Amino acid sequence: MAVGKEIRTKIKSVKNTQKITRAMEMVAASKMRKAQDRMSASRPYAEKIRNVIDHLAHSNPEYKHPYMQVRDVKRVGYIVISSDRGLCGGLNSNLFRKMVVEMKANDKQKLDMQFCTIGTKGAGFFKRIGGNIVAQTGQLGDAPQLADLIGSVKVMLDAFDKGEIDQLHLVYNDFVNTMTQTPTVEQLLPIEPKEDKELDHHWDYIYEPEAKIVMSSLLTRYIESLVYQGVVENLASEQAARMVAMKSASDNAGDLIDDLQLVYNKARQAAITQEISEIVGGAAALS
Amino acid sequence: MAMTMHVDIVSAEEAIFSGPAEKVFASAIMGEVGILPRHTPFLTQLKPGEVRVVTPDGEENFYYVSGGMLEVQPYTVTVLSDTAVRAHDLDEAAAIQAKEEAERALEDRAAEIDYAQAQIELAQAVAQLSAIKRLKGRR
Repeated sequence: MAVGKEIRTKIKSVKNTQKITRAMEMVAASKMRKAQDRMSASRPYAEKIRNVIDHLAHSNPEYKHPYMQVRDVKRVGYIVISSDRGLCGGLNSNLFRKMVVEMKANDKQKLDMQFCTIGTKGAGFFKRIGGNIVAQTGQLGDAPQLADLIGSVKVMLDAFDKGEIDQLHLVYNDFVNTMTQTPTVEQLLPIEPKEDKELDHHWDYIYEPEAKIVMSSLLTRYIESLVYQGVVENLASEQAARMVAMKSASDNAGDLIDDLQLVYNKARQAAITQEISEIVGGAAALS
Repeated sequence: MAMTMHVDIVSAEEAIFSGPAEKVFASAIMGEVGILPRHTPFLTQLKPGEVRVVTPDGEENFYYVSGGMLEVQPYTVTVLSDTAVRAHDLDEAAAIQAKEEAERALEDRAAEIDYAQAQIELAQAVAQLSAIKRLKGRR
């Protein structure tokens, strides 16, 4: 009996799709857990380095590093972190929407903008809308390393040193929990020292070799570690978003299969009923 | 019991060591330093080399760092270890590479525009062809 052959093939193909999305969901779940571990592992470094910087800001008033001086803002730099791959729901588009709002506000104030993109999706976005990309890094994989970021961060820091930009922002998806990822714009430079009364007593470090050198290598590392943290956060967000997107795709496939199954059963039933009524009709005609 | 201080060795990617110690030795940029509790506040760069931590039970732990920073407070010592080998030239090379990649990305934009242009032309040609076919069919 060849009833609803098309429906059967359709059900089969939807089932295959469901298998794929379910596998992707599970892969994303395990990768997300790993990314979360990486996130918490990178936190102590940034905290410690921040402490040292706050000490420095309070203990050494006669020398102020350029990274800590607030200037008139004419040009702004952005480090935009996005994912390398798609299929992660609205993660990247939400981030870019936030970015567009930010860019419009800057346009109104006649501020120039420079972008450094980390992740291929971001590069694609700025290519389309025509942003000034000065540095680009991509394909960091599931275990990003700080060493991969040094180059692009240096480009932006050099631009700040030379006065090509007066402010540096970091744009990434903040991982709140599995369901929520918020696009975030964070100011990296200039660094605003924390107001902490406890630190306001007079003491200073002994520096080797020199305050200036120590300070700039410390601040460079601080910025790098913040960018690294952003990358890891964004990675966790990406996996979480992908997991949720794939879960809803699997659920939708399940609903679709149920509907199709119902249509198939009805068609089959109708065919049987018709056949029976034909037989009965035939028998009645004979008698 | 001898005096101890709290030692943290962290890198940007992970926390490596955290716990009490009696002595810490590290290879600072101006030479080897040994730190005991109640050291005066001290901040220095580290050379690639080893950091030696002597724990209260007399055990010695060795850690290799590829450079970084050492911060000393009277009762805490923090080693901010680099994960990568850093040198001015290497950083410069990395920056140049990032710039090149950006340029390549921008060049691709031109390629993309060409592609879009080609697509439009192709669509027009297809439309013309199908119009011609229809005209021929009518005849």
